Amino acid sequence: MNRALVLLQVAVIGPALLVAAQAWSADAVRGKELYEARCGACHSIEDNRVGPAHKGVVGRKAGTAPDYDYSPAVKASTIVWNVDTLDRWLTDPERTIPGQKMGYSVPQEQDRSDIIAYLVKVSAHP
Amino acid sequence: MQTTNDSVPSSRRVFLGNTARLALSAGAVALLGGKDLLAQTMGGPMAADVGILNVALGLEYEGINAYQLGIKSGLLQPQVVVVATKFQDDHKGHRDALIATIVKMDGRPVAEKSLDEYAKALKADTLKSQDDVLDLAVRLELGATNAYLGVIPAFKDPQLAKIVGRLAADEAMHYAVLLGALGRPLPADSLPFGA
Repeated sequence: MNRALVLLQVAVIGPALLVAAQAWSADAVRGKELYEARCGACHSIEDNRVGPAHKGVVGRKAGTAPDYDYSPAVKASTIVWNVDTLDRWLTDPERTIPGQKMGYSVPQEQDRSDIIAYLVKVSAHP
Repeated sequence: MQTTNDSVPSSRRVFLGNTARLALSAGAVALLGGKDLLAQTMGGPMAADVGILNVALGLEYEGINAYQLGIKSGLLQPQVVVVATKFQDDHKGHRDALIATIVKMDGRPVAEKSLDEYAKALKADTLKSQDDVLDLAVRLELGATNAYLGVIPAFKDPQLAKIVGRLAADEAMHYAVLLGALGRPLPADSLPFGA
């Protein structure tokens, strides 16, 4: 599913999380695999590890996962995580929030879309 | 259920024993050997690179503690403990090299958490057998390999990128050995890491 279609769904359908999660279910399956293989070294859904927990990340302001020690840059950011901002973040974290510490990007658009679909799904159904 | 020593096929016992005798920590030793020269040529603080190195350090802390949880779990056969200890030593070598490099770049290394915190984050209470422990180790080693390969393009200093590439090679080696210990096949396709 391309990003434009994803954005259209979110904009048109309204309360995005639940509906979007249903619409993306096929890609979210691949997104889960990608998440575990690429993000799983540092992140988990439930617990803060090297990176913050992703439970409820969609709709959350950057730098606000409970009990995680964020970089000053992310703490100070006003970004709220949604499909668009997550796509920007995964494309180029440093350009999105200069001074952040992740350093890891996901260059392929389809991979980003699938990972984000998974994050939307777990945010809607934690 | 805990797997008994007698249940391990003899070929796997030999495999694990031989593995422990191989020079699996050579990467850490060489890494430390090259660090001073690297630091001398790096110039002033490089905050972005330090940030990435600190993420790597966090991964190494987690790896060290994951192996510690496995080693002290009572679930591992003796020869597997030997291998796990060897891999843990590799991660300690990575940790030491990363800390020294961060310090020489005028950075502040992130602190290690408590073993209990790692146990909670890694859900150590769900580990019920040797294969559970090895499966966790496989996932962490694969994740670390992919993470290290994934941050290489972000380094400002190519020599730091090379070091992280060497860390990734160690993790990939651990991953392959652990797959063998679990009796699982190697990845079917070429270029399985860092896609």
